Amino acid sequence: MIDRALAPAFGEVENIELIRAKPLVLANGLKIFSIEGGEQDLVRIEFIFSNIDYDPAKPLQTFATNTMLNDGTSELSSTEIADKIDYYGAFLQTEYANDHSTVTLFTLNKHLANTLPIVKAIVSDSIFPQVELDTLIRNQKQKLSVSLEKNDFLSRKTFSHVLFGDTLYGYDISAADYDNLSRDQLTTYFKSAYQPKNCTVIVSGKVKEDTITLIDKYFGKDWENSFDVKENEFHFEMGSGGEHYLEKADALQSAIRIGQVSINRTHADFPGLQVVNTILGGYFGSRLMANIREDKGFTYGIGSALVSLKNAGYFFIASEVGADVCTAALTEIEKEITILKEQPVTEGELALVRNYMLGSMLGSLENALSHADKFKNIYFSGLDYDYYKNYINTVRNIGPAEVQALANKYLNFNSFEKVIVGKK
Amino acid sequence: MVSFERFTLANGLKVLVHEDPTTPMAVVNILYDVGARDEHPDQTGFAHLFEHLMFGGSVNIPSYDEPLQRVGGENNAFTSNDITNYYITLPSVNLETAFWLESDRMLNLAFSEKSLEVQRNVVCEEFKQRYLNQPYGDVWLKLRPMAYKQHPYQWATIGKSLDHIENANINDVKAFFTRHYNPSNAIMVVGGDVKLDEVKRLSEKWFGNIPAGEKLPRLLPIEDDQAEERKETVQANVPLDAIYKVFHMPARTEAGYYAADLVSDILSRGNSSRLFRNLLKDKKLFSDINAYLTGSLDAGLFVVEGKPLPGVSMELAEAAIWEELDRISTELVPDAELTKVKNKMESTMVFSEMSLLDKAMNLAYFELLGDANELNSETQKYLDVSSEEIRSQAKHIFRKENSSTLYYLAN
Repeated sequence: MIDRALAPAFGEVENIELIRAKPLVLANGLKIFSIEGGEQDLVRIEFIFSNIDYDPAKPLQTFATNTMLNDGTSELSSTEIADKIDYYGAFLQTEYANDHSTVTLFTLNKHLANTLPIVKAIVSDSIFPQVELDTLIRNQKQKLSVSLEKNDFLSRKTFSHVLFGDTLYGYDISAADYDNLSRDQLTTYFKSAYQPKNCTVIVSGKVKEDTITLIDKYFGKDWENSFDVKENEFHFEMGSGGEHYLEKADALQSAIRIGQVSINRTHADFPGLQVVNTILGGYFGSRLMANIREDKGFTYGIGSALVSLKNAGYFFIASEVGADVCTAALTEIEKEITILKEQPVTEGELALVRNYMLGSMLGSLENALSHADKFKNIYFSGLDYDYYKNYINTVRNIGPAEVQALANKYLNFNSFEKVIVGKK
Repeated sequence: MVSFERFTLANGLKVLVHEDPTTPMAVVNILYDVGARDEHPDQTGFAHLFEHLMFGGSVNIPSYDEPLQRVGGENNAFTSNDITNYYITLPSVNLETAFWLESDRMLNLAFSEKSLEVQRNVVCEEFKQRYLNQPYGDVWLKLRPMAYKQHPYQWATIGKSLDHIENANINDVKAFFTRHYNPSNAIMVVGGDVKLDEVKRLSEKWFGNIPAGEKLPRLLPIEDDQAEERKETVQANVPLDAIYKVFHMPARTEAGYYAADLVSDILSRGNSSRLFRNLLKDKKLFSDINAYLTGSLDAGLFVVEGKPLPGVSMELAEAAIWEELDRISTELVPDAELTKVKNKMESTMVFSEMSLLDKAMNLAYFELLGDANELNSETQKYLDVSSEEIRSQAKHIFRKENSSTLYYLAN
């Protein structure tokens, strides 16, 4: 008979191997990194442009320029672009984030020669037709009106604004901002931002020699640099904390989002603070989940995260809790932070979190695309692969005293900005 | 191509093994052949509530999550109207921990009152978060009973109402476990950095002596053919009007399913699709419009949903939708457009093979459908669909008397 009460022996994660990105620079200065791996005959090619020239008077120009890249070039209408991409079974996505605007092509290799010229056209020759801009404005305003009815959306929006003010990270969008968009704005921004020297290309998947040859053929020439670019730079101070309450009289649940400006990936304490975050709210078995969901049943989910941006880092805890238990949930959150600061974590809990984090790291390296994601994390923070060596070392070796010290250094409930949308 | 081996234990547990040496991870996916369609009409939401209780400790292991996290693993689960699916990913060196945990909760649960009480609350909060405290969140609570009058698809996985969950008691939980959580009612897929022989050994060791249980026949009412057009209007605190149309369509395993799926792609997949281009971009009638399938094991629903722009009447919006549905029901789809949706389907299948977990889930699901090998002929089935089949399937689905239409109006 087997003893079912006895856990099988287990081993620790020994080796975590990253596929290193191979760099290449084309004649016009375009930087390419390739990450090769996998059996499936496909690639993902990301064209990543730094966000530049932020102007609070034109808060949406970076977003709108990126979103409208599919909407027409001097040779191709939006219809023709969509037809061609879809015909070849490819996926063309635009993605706007705090620091970068990205155009991503997913394609089978056999269709690469047919799909790349379309990407070339949209990153070098977009014209932002007025009729398409009108559609964007009309539909985005409708979407915003729906989002504004979601407590979770309101809490994110308010939280970002409280932390980051009127910068790109925090600008508090309203419907009127969409009306202020113009073709001129987008055309001007496009010319400055979508240049080879402001672009990094990351190719992952089954990258072959002719993959790179094709990229060189379309992007290494007839796409020149013409302007200087100035990447966005913001500076943030740690706030003094406060409550930001948006009452919703008929809310069944309240959205809670609390936290503060923190360090980003470039800081030596970042990996250690990620361990602290994991213990507190970074996984299913975290203290916040164990207490507020699994013991009290106040919520479907609660979590915390440490986010690294180019010009800042921030830490937050977020949940949607029953409106009647909102205040009780906040009290429990504060309690958990206090415990983390006042009592050393036990070796048992720390060992569990260590193994969980290493397993999670290993599991996040599923295919060449995920290895590319790992590369982006370090590359855009100005770091190299030593970062991961250091991260793994920190996770393996951090002790209870250091966890406690980091909690005291970086988690101060009193200086948290506390956003509550709903009832309390 | 997803390769696999297959064996069955004496107690009826089916095991599929997919060796993928390119990863250092292993995945264990267990599909139980039970979903919301197997619930009693007075105890809806139970399959899903039960899924939560599967994490509340088993007969020999007080905590499920903790030992798994301790060996670097992660897990989750989902419940649909048809199935309940549990999955673990972990470093392959610790594969046996997954067998230990999964076999113990298949053997028996701890049935703790505290766990039941807490998870009732958690699920009620999930109900509020996803269905009640969101604009349009309750739409499927309204659409399902419109479309289904006999079949248990008339309720959503979360249940008909909060009180069905609040009233669940421990005896119901035990009865549900005894009835559905048996080796003969489960399909396990083990994949990744694993070896067939080792999986056989571990399966025998941990699952071999679990009693088979009884595989009871599923006797679900069959939905009558709908004979009359159904319409309802609701008003709610939402910013925009919305329209929802649902039509009965073939079940996942019926021949017409593939043509119907391509119909939804022609109408709504990507920026070149008909609804997006014609109704949103050209005619400027909608700010948002989509078509998709529920894809269920019994006869499912074809869904069209959209939000008309301000100033566009519901009648005009609905007429414009009908115009597109009539067109695809009467005119043959041009070759280039058909090739387009087939190419998209083909590349989607290749991309889905990038993920170990997706592969494991797909194998389990296709095994439930009848044969996991069919996963590898799926692309061909789409490629074989003709434009005539698309037209005739569309014509059969898009009939007024086969439709239920909900006007969801802003107060």
